[in-house]
Amino acid sequence: MELLIAKYNYWISVAIMMIGFYAMIGKRNLIKKLIGMNIFQTSIFLFYISIGARKGGSVPILGAPSTYINPLPHVLILTAIVVSVSTTAVALSILIKIHRTHGTIEEDEIPRD
Amino acid sequence: MKFPGIEGHWVVLVVVVPLLCSFLCFVLGRFLRRVPFYLALGASGFASVASLAVFLSVIRHGPIRYFLGGWLPPWGIEYRVDGLNAFMLLLVSGVSLLVTIYSKDNVPAEIKGEVTSFYTVYILLVTGLLGIVVTGDVFNLYVFLEISSLAAYTLIAAAEGRALLASFNYVIMGTVAACFYLLGVGYLYIMTGSLNMADLARLLPSLYHNPVVAIALAFFVVGLAIKVALFPLHTWLPDAYAYAPSTTSVIIASLMGKVGLYVLIRLLFSLFDPRYLLQDLPVLPMLSWLGAMAIIMGSLFALSQLDFKRMLAYSSVAQIGYVVLGVGMANSIALTGALLHVINHAVMKGGLFMAAGAIIQTTGKRQITDFHYLHRRMPFTMAALLLGALSMVGIPPTCGFFSKWYLILGAVKKGNLLFVGVILISSLLNALYFFRVLEYVFFKPLSEGSIKRREAPTTMLVPTLVMGGAVLLLGLGNQWVVSIVLKRALEVISWR
Repeated sequence: MELLIAKYNYWISVAIMMIGFYAMIGKRNLIKKLIGMNIFQTSIFLFYISIGARKGGSVPILGAPSTYINPLPHVLILTAIVVSVSTTAVALSILIKIHRTHGTIEEDEIPRD
Repeated sequence: MKFPGIEGHWVVLVVVVPLLCSFLCFVLGRFLRRVPFYLALGASGFASVASLAVFLSVIRHGPIRYFLGGWLPPWGIEYRVDGLNAFMLLLVSGVSLLVTIYSKDNVPAEIKGEVTSFYTVYILLVTGLLGIVVTGDVFNLYVFLEISSLAAYTLIAAAEGRALLASFNYVIMGTVAACFYLLGVGYLYIMTGSLNMADLARLLPSLYHNPVVAIALAFFVVGLAIKVALFPLHTWLPDAYAYAPSTTSVIIASLMGKVGLYVLIRLLFSLFDPRYLLQDLPVLPMLSWLGAMAIIMGSLFALSQLDFKRMLAYSSVAQIGYVVLGVGMANSIALTGALLHVINHAVMKGGLFMAAGAIIQTTGKRQITDFHYLHRRMPFTMAALLLGALSMVGIPPTCGFFSKWYLILGAVKKGNLLFVGVILISSLLNALYFFRVLEYVFFKPLSEGSIKRREAPTTMLVPTLVMGGAVLLLGLGNQWVVSIVLKRALEVISWR
């Protein structure tokens, strides 16, 4: 129980990841799959931000009090967020094209041949 | 820090020049219709020259290290080219140069939308692949991995119809793979506080007892298994390869998977100790069994396809299995076979997909059963197809034979006769499904109508023939490739 409370941000990250996974695998609607993918990516953002954070830590600039947060994981995840936004943009434009071609975004209604 | 002359900067220019060309292409292509192709040609041509310079320097003087912006390794990003990626760099840039030439007449014919956008993304894909190969930083590698993947999704969706859903599925699978990789990087960062590969290799051995390292490794392996389409995780590949525009098919089939395999080899053998991979967390035995399954299942699926490009796609699943099997066996002979197969498969599968694209463009035929007497119609393309097919089966003077030979020798050395059997059986299956194609192309006459000789455009024919010729040259010169190029690669793998 102690482990659960002390590291709650990591547990939430795992929970969010599983929700995203479920949406990607279980849903047949392509937009819902895409939303699932975004939820999945968010869990990783939370994970990285948790790595760097420290209770009572301040920004890492010269002359600040003794405990710092680690800025590097936050910078890394900033890059990953940009990547995630681009992925979403690409996926959405593909979905628009699918909708124009087939008139639907339900996976089961798209003709296979 | 002392700044070297131009020869010291080749390593970074390989990535920077194509990246700039991509932006230029987007801007200039709005006004000048012919510019995008020439920019792509210039970018891949420059990359080839620079790669050759880097390659020769590595062969002569050993590894090159380049510190971006002059920031020293654990803090700054390092580009590092040694024996393992020097030849990959040459392979990626050389093949992409040929594909660019191939695209000149193919892209305007197949892409309904704007050619400018296609080339902008195409150059970006090449940039991403080159970046993955040269970087020595695990997070930088993630960024390049995503650049190349996003470009690939877009290029697949440039086609109409079934390609769209294939591309969307690839987006979902590819993003999960990239996220797994990112998680792996995160876990390694927690443990070591470093992102530099050489630094990680130094810090990790003292942490092997810690389960977090094992979790990182597991995420890396699963993520990359999706990226390279290793058997149970291959589901995105066949549709994506088969329905993409021909130019896209060629470049992703010959290079994307190979670069993914390079990343797998680099991470497994540069970051981790072979003993750790064999005993503490038996990743290598698992990979070799998955590879063996991929070989058999991929070949069986390929046997049941009637669409030529789809058959080639399933055959790629099997060929990736060969490389992973070689990696999993992890002795020097099997690894030689695996690396040789990376080169060979890029060349022969590239040539076959080029031939498939040429057939689609000149005759509109995709089904193998429509290929009656194609050798009368397009003799030169069919000659290249014949060479590629023979090499896939593994007939001696072609290069496909030699990589399989090394893999078999590796399996014998490992003492696992089952793997020897798997490779032999799959050669038989390869023979079955490729000879079926050759039967239609060379021996099934058309029942009615005369056959007019009509070859593919020269810009498509020449790269296809070069690939066909390379299949023979690599086969005849395999001794040279193994003793000069791959020896350096193996030194890197076992440098610790």
